[in-house]
Amino acid sequence: MTRQQVLDLYFMDARCKLIELAAFLDRVDRGSGEADFRLSAFKEAMRHLADGEPKRAEAVLLSFSDPTVDPIAKAPGKGAVGAWPGAAQ
Amino acid sequence: MRYIEPHGHMVSRTTDDYIDMVTAGCAAVCEPAFWAGFDRSSVDGFSDYFRQLTEYEPARAAKYGLPHYCWLCINPKESEDVALATDVISIIPEFLKKPTVLGIGEIGLNKNSRNEMKVLEMHIDLAARHDQMILVHTPHLEDKLKGTRLILDVLKADSRIRPERVLIDHVEEHTVRMVLDRGHWAGMTLYPISKCTPARAVDILDQHGSERLWMNSACDWGESVPLAIPRTALEMRRRGWTAEAVDQVVYQNPVRFLSQNPRFQLR
Repeated sequence: MTRQQVLDLYFMDARCKLIELAAFLDRVDRGSGEADFRLSAFKEAMRHLADGEPKRAEAVLLSFSDPTVDPIAKAPGKGAVGAWPGAAQ
Repeated sequence: MRYIEPHGHMVSRTTDDYIDMVTAGCAAVCEPAFWAGFDRSSVDGFSDYFRQLTEYEPARAAKYGLPHYCWLCINPKESEDVALATDVISIIPEFLKKPTVLGIGEIGLNKNSRNEMKVLEMHIDLAARHDQMILVHTPHLEDKLKGTRLILDVLKADSRIRPERVLIDHVEEHTVRMVLDRGHWAGMTLYPISKCTPARAVDILDQHGSERLWMNSACDWGESVPLAIPRTALEMRRRGWTAEAVDQVVYQNPVRFLSQNPRFQLR
């Protein structure tokens, strides 16, 4: 696809998602109390959007990922929250 | 169009979903064993579930002319209890005789714990001893990268496992390459929020080729779309893919992988 075709197909969708993202951050700012590690992980991941490097989607996913290599002693539960808490510790 | 749904948890879906899928061109559905949303209390619960997967669900799909196949295991979300997992794994061989069972799956990891690793190794051993194909679940979100690496290493460590008979599911941009480089097949799961959107799945195909990749909806009791594959096929067509290239991904590829088990037959 040409860049023009990509823009024709996806610009409005991406524009919508960008505004949603901005509104989400505004909403967090208006909230009260402390944010947990997910907010800092989110802001760290956002840096990849503007760094001009290729493979931004991969970089964002890696940014949210647990980089350790050894199995943990015991599963703390079943769910995942979308960001690795260890990065904030 | 025609397509295969290679990963759908149909026990969670209504009969209307079967009708919609067949109407959209679904030619076969494959259902891996998974977590019910709550922990089963005994091996008997799994025995009933395996009967549902091997007897009731194929009959429900057959009413609409849709072949239904399944994979059996105890899901990694219930693998922390190794004693229960051992009991469940001990009853799987009797169900492997059923004519619609394709292999062991979806096994893998959830939180990447030591007990989950033990149960994963037990499942791989079971598959090797019974010459079964394997379908692997990779962990969610922040746990996926680490879990995928651990799973690939466990598979590589067992010399009885042929990589081309193993599909590693739920790959994303950061895990797809390592899976393909090990000689396995890779599956992309099309979810509205987590995992891959249709646009990202087509991006991955554009960048990594479509040689050993398939797509699935993994529709279950959570937010998921049973028609995610035909919708992604539409996305491919909008981006200029030919009908033949789309058919290779949504139909020919799953047929090629699944036909390694001669039980997989299309009517």
